[in-house]
Amino acid sequence: MISATRRIFRLSVKELRSLLADPVLLALIFYVFTVAVVQVATGLKFEVEAAQAAIVDEDHSELSRRITSALLPPLFKTADVIAPAEIDAGMDSGRYVFVVEIPPKFESDALAGKKPSIQINVDATAMALAGNGAVYIQEIVARETASFLRRADGGGVTPVDLVVRSKFNPNLNSMWFTSVMEVINNVAILSIILTGSALIREREHGTIEHLLVMPVRPLEIMLAKIVANGAVIVGASLLSLLLVVRWYLNVPIVGSVPLFLLGSILFMVSVTALGLLLATFARTMPQFGLLSLPVIIILYLLSGSTTPLETMPDWLQWVMSFTPNTHFVSFAQAVLYRGAGVDRVWPELAILAVIGVVILGLCRSRFAKTISAQD
Amino acid sequence: MSAVAALDNVTHLYRATRALDGVTLALPEGKMIGLIGPDGVGKSTLLALVGGVRRIQSGAVTTLGGDMADARHRAACAARIAYMPQGLGRNLYPTLSVYENLDFFGRLFGQGAAERAARIADLLASTGLDPFPDRPAGQLSGGMKQKLSLCCALIHDPDLLILDEPTTGVDPLSRRQFWDLIDRIRARRPGMSVAVATAYMEEAERFDWLAALNDGKIIGAGAPAELRALTGEKTLDAAFIALLPPEARADHSDVVLPPLRAGEGAAIEAENLTCRFGKFTAVDHVSFRIGRGEIFGFLGSNGCGKSTTMKMLTGLLAPSEGEARLFGQKLDAGDMATRRRVGYMSQSFSLYSELTVRQNLALHAQLFELPEPGATARVSELLTRFALEGVADQRPEGLPLGIRQRLQLAVAVLHRPEVLILDEPTSGVDPVARDSFWRLLIGLSRQDGVTIFISTHFMNEAERCDRISLMHAGKVLAIGAPADLVAARGKPDLEQTFIAYLEDATASTESAEAVGFAAPRGNGAIRRFDPARLWAYARREAMEILRDRLRLVFAFVGPLTLLLTFGYGISFDVENLAYAVYDQDNSLESRELLENFAGSRYFSQRPDIGSAGEVDRRLATGELKLAIEIPAGYGRDLTAGKTPRVAVWIDGAMPFRAETIRSYVTGISQTWLAEQQRRRGLTMAASPINIETRFRYNQAFKSVYSIIPGVIMLILMLVPSMLTALGVVREKEVGSIANFRSTPVTPVEFLLGKQAPYIALSLASFGILFVTALVLFGLPVRGSALALFLGAALYIYATTSLGILFSAFLRTQVAALFATAVVSIIPAVNFSGLLVPVASLSEGGRLVGLIFPCGWFQEISIGAFTKGMDFVHLAPNLLALLGFGLFYQLCAVLALRKQEA
Repeated sequence: MISATRRIFRLSVKELRSLLADPVLLALIFYVFTVAVVQVATGLKFEVEAAQAAIVDEDHSELSRRITSALLPPLFKTADVIAPAEIDAGMDSGRYVFVVEIPPKFESDALAGKKPSIQINVDATAMALAGNGAVYIQEIVARETASFLRRADGGGVTPVDLVVRSKFNPNLNSMWFTSVMEVINNVAILSIILTGSALIREREHGTIEHLLVMPVRPLEIMLAKIVANGAVIVGASLLSLLLVVRWYLNVPIVGSVPLFLLGSILFMVSVTALGLLLATFARTMPQFGLLSLPVIIILYLLSGSTTPLETMPDWLQWVMSFTPNTHFVSFAQAVLYRGAGVDRVWPELAILAVIGVVILGLCRSRFAKTISAQD
Repeated sequence: MSAVAALDNVTHLYRATRALDGVTLALPEGKMIGLIGPDGVGKSTLLALVGGVRRIQSGAVTTLGGDMADARHRAACAARIAYMPQGLGRNLYPTLSVYENLDFFGRLFGQGAAERAARIADLLASTGLDPFPDRPAGQLSGGMKQKLSLCCALIHDPDLLILDEPTTGVDPLSRRQFWDLIDRIRARRPGMSVAVATAYMEEAERFDWLAALNDGKIIGAGAPAELRALTGEKTLDAAFIALLPPEARADHSDVVLPPLRAGEGAAIEAENLTCRFGKFTAVDHVSFRIGRGEIFGFLGSNGCGKSTTMKMLTGLLAPSEGEARLFGQKLDAGDMATRRRVGYMSQSFSLYSELTVRQNLALHAQLFELPEPGATARVSELLTRFALEGVADQRPEGLPLGIRQRLQLAVAVLHRPEVLILDEPTSGVDPVARDSFWRLLIGLSRQDGVTIFISTHFMNEAERCDRISLMHAGKVLAIGAPADLVAARGKPDLEQTFIAYLEDATASTESAEAVGFAAPRGNGAIRRFDPARLWAYARREAMEILRDRLRLVFAFVGPLTLLLTFGYGISFDVENLAYAVYDQDNSLESRELLENFAGSRYFSQRPDIGSAGEVDRRLATGELKLAIEIPAGYGRDLTAGKTPRVAVWIDGAMPFRAETIRSYVTGISQTWLAEQQRRRGLTMAASPINIETRFRYNQAFKSVYSIIPGVIMLILMLVPSMLTALGVVREKEVGSIANFRSTPVTPVEFLLGKQAPYIALSLASFGILFVTALVLFGLPVRGSALALFLGAALYIYATTSLGILFSAFLRTQVAALFATAVVSIIPAVNFSGLLVPVASLSEGGRLVGLIFPCGWFQEISIGAFTKGMDFVHLAPNLLALLGFGLFYQLCAVLALRKQEA
């Protein structure tokens, strides 16, 4: 047992040396945990406020100006005032996600109780923004009209004061979310590709065969790859979280970093093992590349780190619940944003550990079969 | 005497190592020229410079009457030079058949179909390969591989044939046939000059002219007889040693094998060992017994089952039948104790090329758990004993074959094993190093009682074994002491004996003479761009893909899986959001309000909340996404018109989800308000205006309408670039890049040829995705179908070019794989308009989106599928995609150097 640990350690040192010897890989790891995180965190906005809106004002009344100003910054990003003829072109080209059309005589008709129609055009291909934005604009228009008319005839008040508050991210600043999730997504990409390709390389170069005639067990070879690549990635992701996300991007991290680290390690074991497992199904690097891509993309987009799990049908949620990413994302959100302690997240940790052990077990049995096979 | 090639004061450095040091040499024309010398003295570098495959660092090289620093001259004479790199079949493509390999080379040199057919038939007949034109090159024996390599080199009738250690690792019979073949070709084409680097001195004897190299310098040149006369030695071997400077010579003495003191019992026993791969029997009921301390030699042609037998004895392969015993015990592959007693060296280099020589040794010392401080001392001792100190801190990848073999052997003996299993350990090692290596083996055997099981192609090594076994086609032909075998056959030496056994077994006779080549070489100028060469590469690449079934399956199934998963899986309808209620009022009115939530498909209710603290806690675990708190006295206040306050808490951890919840809550509360007002008879004030929301392009607001075009964009970004990303870099790792360097093919032809099949493959994949989108998901094509198809084609062109670019400038497959994944996934997912429209990204995000082709194609995909845009509106995007493709390609052409550094 002691000597097995020592051998794993020695092999891990070897893996680290291999990694450090490749400047291109190091540069990519650096890029992924710094520039890429900042790019995604600052570039990608899911807020409706970020949506580009335009207004066609054919009324030029006080009410239409009130509505227009309500749709201008800060609520919307530089809503343009455009001519009716520009609507189609602007929406076709994707320049505007929303166009609000205020018809002529809108105000006077409203005052006369004629129920004039105001039209909100929504680019329904921008799914992430369209639904929420439409409701949002409807609400603004209704509110502005109501308050305008109330002032005009001194109308009544709403019966209930509904106060909606967001916990953990009061302003719903999407950078808080995307920055941390990008770190997690990149961890998954790196772990799968680095460990998987490291194994394929050993196979293509015949070094794995050499290891297998020495007093080293397949499990030790696997664990060494996991330990070495995992240590680099966990270390890099932790630095990225503290330096890039917290310090540079100023995203508050309320939860316990050591607890997050513990979860990261469990997560790392299972995704690196997943990389190894995929590598046992491929014989060559080109095969491995093609096999790992869909897996990475599915984990990237469907684990709850990009789109909410609640958007997926039950069967897919069920399938995704077997992936380590889904649990780690949920764990990370609980710990980092909501400050959850180990008493609340232990089930996720336990599931992560179980998934890790199962993947390792599968990997171990595939490993023995495929390594000895001749190519 | 005119020279076919001349070097003038040529110096070549690899970092600090001087491979060539001020060499000035003229190679005579029309002769068989040999370069002899130990490993790493610069033979390969010299040949590569003469052949124009390496860049000249300093000095001048003239080949075939022109300056090799001049790219135009190199291009012009590429068709007159043939270059065969070091290593068995390194320039061959293993999945292509014998015929297809030759055909590929013929096409590279612009030969027509009839000319190719005639030449190939002729070459196959004269090399004895004609019975197996359809056998894949990867399944040929080593000797046959080298013959095929030679055929490939000869297909264009070169004036200068450059062979870098062509017979290393080839058995004596094949070697003899190989040189006979060269002689016959020279007889037919007397003007052809042949330059050969070799480590076999007995081969060098038959050459016309020799240059001896040592340490990057020429130490002697002339005909073999002249060299012998000059040094006064009888053999070339001895003459070479005499030419060496005194300090290099000091080490040398004859190898003497002291008699064997027979140890007790057997170290290795094989009993009816059989190994089958599918239908093919690699090892067929082999039995032998090797005593302790014995040196047992294993001889046989390449591919006869030697390596397979050795692998079974190490436990790497499980025998299909029979039994292997080590020290009387049945071999157990999982037994760690056994592994400590065995040292193994495989035929191909199998140490870590990214670790230095010293690190490799240290790693193995650690893995075998040699105790410190002995381990460090042992490593130093081995560095000295195997003459590796000079290169201790270099990485093996740049070292010559012979030095790498020494390192492998040092690793194999590191842990002082009782049994050594060595698979062609001296292949490619120079004579001096081989002798010192054998002294070492003999020392191990005679002093330490180590049992040595060794396979070799060198007859003088076989003679040093206590016993040898001759193997052919999986069967043992004879076992015995070398002298006994020679006596039994009545031949003059072991080589003849061995060849006699082999000839008996194969009953083969070489075809004596072949007809002359049918077509003379066209003397037209080399075209700068020749579609035929491009086609040659494209055709070859296509054949390779079509034979790699697994890759083909992944290439089609992967995209389809993604399309189906996302088509059915992603939507932006957030449903079944878990919520709970903290109702402190519990009145009729509060229940009425809450019914609106309970009845919504967007929300799913969880057990009620009992305390204020519970709100926080259950939100924090993520169990609840939404909590509704109704204060005590709500119903009373509502009826009294006092405007009670209802608090709704949303989990803001995921902003998109939180916003969606907020909009749902707003919607529900509006419905409830309307209901309230209606009930109070306030229908009048219900709403002063109509708000008409028009969901354009997608009236039903179905997610697939926006998701499917986006997913197609994503797939066509990732998969085509991944397909091409490994194309060039793989050739660099495998070695077949040599063909690009040594034939007239230009970078543009090479890259386009490699890219073309993947464009076709990706177009087919797009076709499948398109049909699936139409049929399965009912997606319409509302806009210009032409723009969509043209856009897909140009987009695929751009993304495959991106992959080619990575492949051209990176050195390892791992780096290319990684770079492609990272650089394509991040912009394609985040900045292309897949999740959020490009117009809604921040400045920086939009910029990232603009500098990758994915965002441009996303507009085409969405525009043509759902937005109903016409061709004219999408034309700028088409142009942009074309621009990306051209730009990436240009960069790739610039990054790919025709010559090696």
